[in-house]
Amino acid sequence: MDRQAIMEQGLTQPLVAPLLSPAARRRQLREKVIAGFITLMAFTGIAALILIIIFVAKEALALFTEPEARHEASLSKMFLAQDVAPGRPPFRWQPVSKVPKVSMIPLFVGTLKTTAVSMLVAVPLGVFGALFAAEFAPRRLRELLKPVIELLAGIPSVVLGFFALMVMSTVVKEALGFDRPLNAMLAGLGLALAIVPVIFTVSEDALTSVPRSYREASLALGATPWETAWKVVLPAAAPGILAACVLGFGRAIGETMIVLMASGNADVISWSLGDSARSLSATIAAEMGEVVVGSPHYSLLFFIGVQLFIFTFVLNLIASTWTRRVVRKLTGGAS
Amino acid sequence: MTPNTRRAVGLALTSLTGLAAFIIIAMLGIILFNVVENGAGGVTWTFLSKPPEDGMMGGGIFPAIFGTAALTLLMTVAVMPVGVLTAVYLHEYAPPNSLSARFVRVAVVNLAGVPSIVFGLFGLGFFILFVGQGMDRALGHEEMYWAQPGILWASLTLAVLTLPVVIVSTEEALRAVPMDHRTASLALGATQSQTLGRVVLPGALPGILTGAVLAISRGAGEVAPILFTGAAYFLPDLPTHLNSQFMHLGYHTYVMATQSPDVEATRPLLYSTVLVLLLLTFALNLVAVIIRTRTRRKAAGSH
Amino acid sequence: MKAIFGSLVIGLLLALPLSAHAGNVTVKGSDTMVILGQRWAEEFMKKTPATKVQVTGGGSGVGLAALQNGTTEIAMSSREIKDAEKQKLRARYNTIGVEIPVAKDGVTFYVNEANPVTALTVEQLKGVYVGDITNWKQLGGPDAPIIIYSRENSSGTYVFVKDHVLDGDDYAASAQTLPGTAAVVNAVAKEKNSIGYGGSAYAKGIKELKIKKGNEDIAPTAENIKTGKYPLSRDLYFYLRNKPSGDAKTFIDFALSPEGQAVVTKVGYFPVK
Repeated sequence: MDRQAIMEQGLTQPLVAPLLSPAARRRQLREKVIAGFITLMAFTGIAALILIIIFVAKEALALFTEPEARHEASLSKMFLAQDVAPGRPPFRWQPVSKVPKVSMIPLFVGTLKTTAVSMLVAVPLGVFGALFAAEFAPRRLRELLKPVIELLAGIPSVVLGFFALMVMSTVVKEALGFDRPLNAMLAGLGLALAIVPVIFTVSEDALTSVPRSYREASLALGATPWETAWKVVLPAAAPGILAACVLGFGRAIGETMIVLMASGNADVISWSLGDSARSLSATIAAEMGEVVVGSPHYSLLFFIGVQLFIFTFVLNLIASTWTRRVVRKLTGGAS
Repeated sequence: MTPNTRRAVGLALTSLTGLAAFIIIAMLGIILFNVVENGAGGVTWTFLSKPPEDGMMGGGIFPAIFGTAALTLLMTVAVMPVGVLTAVYLHEYAPPNSLSARFVRVAVVNLAGVPSIVFGLFGLGFFILFVGQGMDRALGHEEMYWAQPGILWASLTLAVLTLPVVIVSTEEALRAVPMDHRTASLALGATQSQTLGRVVLPGALPGILTGAVLAISRGAGEVAPILFTGAAYFLPDLPTHLNSQFMHLGYHTYVMATQSPDVEATRPLLYSTVLVLLLLTFALNLVAVIIRTRTRRKAAGSH
Repeated sequence: MKAIFGSLVIGLLLALPLSAHAGNVTVKGSDTMVILGQRWAEEFMKKTPATKVQVTGGGSGVGLAALQNGTTEIAMSSREIKDAEKQKLRARYNTIGVEIPVAKDGVTFYVNEANPVTALTVEQLKGVYVGDITNWKQLGGPDAPIIIYSRENSSGTYVFVKDHVLDGDDYAASAQTLPGTAAVVNAVAKEKNSIGYGGSAYAKGIKELKIKKGNEDIAPTAENIKTGKYPLSRDLYFYLRNKPSGDAKTFIDFALSPEGQAVVTKVGYFPVK
């Protein structure tokens, strides 16, 4: 055997196993146990996510397995037009009734309405605010802006709901001339307060992760700071900003207390912002307390929970894919 | 474009973004001003130390403060070990590019996005109806003991909700501990777990505390997850058992804003309650911000 | 780390002493009755400090469910117990429960104080709430759209109005549902074209509608509700598993005593005796 072969063998596999004292062996075992324990704990997050969907779905399952529930709340009753009585709307959410009406359509419309308002307000505010903080603001101001955003993010949603209900309702009604003090517009504005910090923070992260070299190159070519911000930095960070908007959207769909307190919760299908809206999440919060455990109505509320889970899960996956893309693109492009 | 229009457009855009930032600050300012203006007068020692009286139209909010504190304390005890160890796994133990670490990360990100009301359903379906009923059966309780809403289930539900917060801040803290410290410790013959317990975790402690504080601040304000897992409308007594129901500042705010017998009479109490809740969460957030800026500065200084 | 967790755990143990009270009565149920139960508890505990009375809301259904699974001694309910609930009680405790009417409540319809309409028939109310009547002009009021406020479908009042006013028909889609009676009162007090309903205990800052029957306008007064002349009144109940005994009996006796019934009046409901 020549020397090289011995060396190669030595590199891949020790010729003789090192002799370990019992103490050392115990120590090794202990290390393994600790590592195993830590790894096990790390899977709690995965387990939690899986348990959430399993147990929320489990309570909703009765809708598909039990004849009584299947009769009362079939998929066609949830999603297709129902012929109730002449002159009455075909889509109603009236689960407590002699003939329960369980259409999800008014709830979808209500959720979309409030969410749309909040996005229309919060996206420009959040993205422009982030652009200001990342590109134009003097250092002092930027350092003021960040804690302000964190404080805004720290306001519990029940407080925002309270504020919308007690203070903003009169102002919004007077300013826009609505018939009703509680409406989709008010709930949407309340929601905007909750999602501005989300959109701001994620957008700002995306903007600041654009390498210095991009800006320097653009400025060196004679572009002004705003042209650099608008045509170089913003496009480079675009996937991250989109991700910010998607995350904000997800948060707005799932937010409960604000909509519950400010929207009026009527199961009406109308696209007018002055009308009420009943959202998916508020429906669960309002009705769960009194429902008979195991009844079709109870399963229905869990089914709404499953839908909310799926919507936000998909939105989150989209957002994280886009965030990863912006990171890969920028680090790949810079180095 | 002429230089002049270029400058004008630039100015317009810059001021537009400045306006957005200003509106954000103004919104916070208006909310704070309104709450402080209407609520500050009512926050007295009596208010903080007495239970509600006269059908919520008088007295104070002590049971709600106590309930919130006990709830978040239990939640912290539950979430911290799991959250910290998960972050330790992700940053210290998982092999680079490990598939399971990636799964954990995806799960954590998605967990953070699950709507809070769904956590409420989960708490009801899993903790109360599954674990609680199972425990009652196993322990031979004739009447429902664990299978009912209570402070333990509510705090565990909140622990799952705040898990991502703790994991993310702890991981950031671990990243700030210089690699040299670890290699030095390992070179001196310490095992990986000894390095972790005596070098890495102490070094990351401020960041871990930040995570705890942020989790508490988030957990203290959430109402939707505790609606069906343990919050009570009115209790003259403080929670005494792990299966007791409890009063909660956020839930109390909701109840007083929508269900009090006389809205005008409760308005001052309501504002004061909101002020206390806001002060609590803001103080916690402020502590977190201070610890974090300090550690960041220290981490930046050590490189 | 250890020290921190240690102190947290110690703090926890201090915070949650595991001692049970002697002499405990738990009362749970209808949100309509929470203020009443709470006031009774306050007054009762002033007289007999040794006994603790715990009052929790959640709704009539929550209270009756708690009675079935043994987590409360007394369930407060603003509606009669349903057959399904009786059967569950029988299956578990071999009893159909004991029903004790403790107060009377008139469900009143509220309008804004500026509204000229003072009385409506039950049929007109039905028309408004199912959405057939949409303008105050149709009821002799000003030419303005009617804004309808209703309660969440989890509330006992919702079911009562649905059964006794709407004959089981559905509420109009435009009816805004608010989470509590106080929210309804507050909204009606602010909004001049609105109508809402709820227990008469809450009626402050708004006008209560009289019910038109034949040529007579019947106001929801104590007298009319007690005699049953006002058509929309209901009993408020305590439900127990068995005949009351011990501390629960003392508490119920107090609630039904002249002193207890005075509390009923003070809160805004009507005495049963």
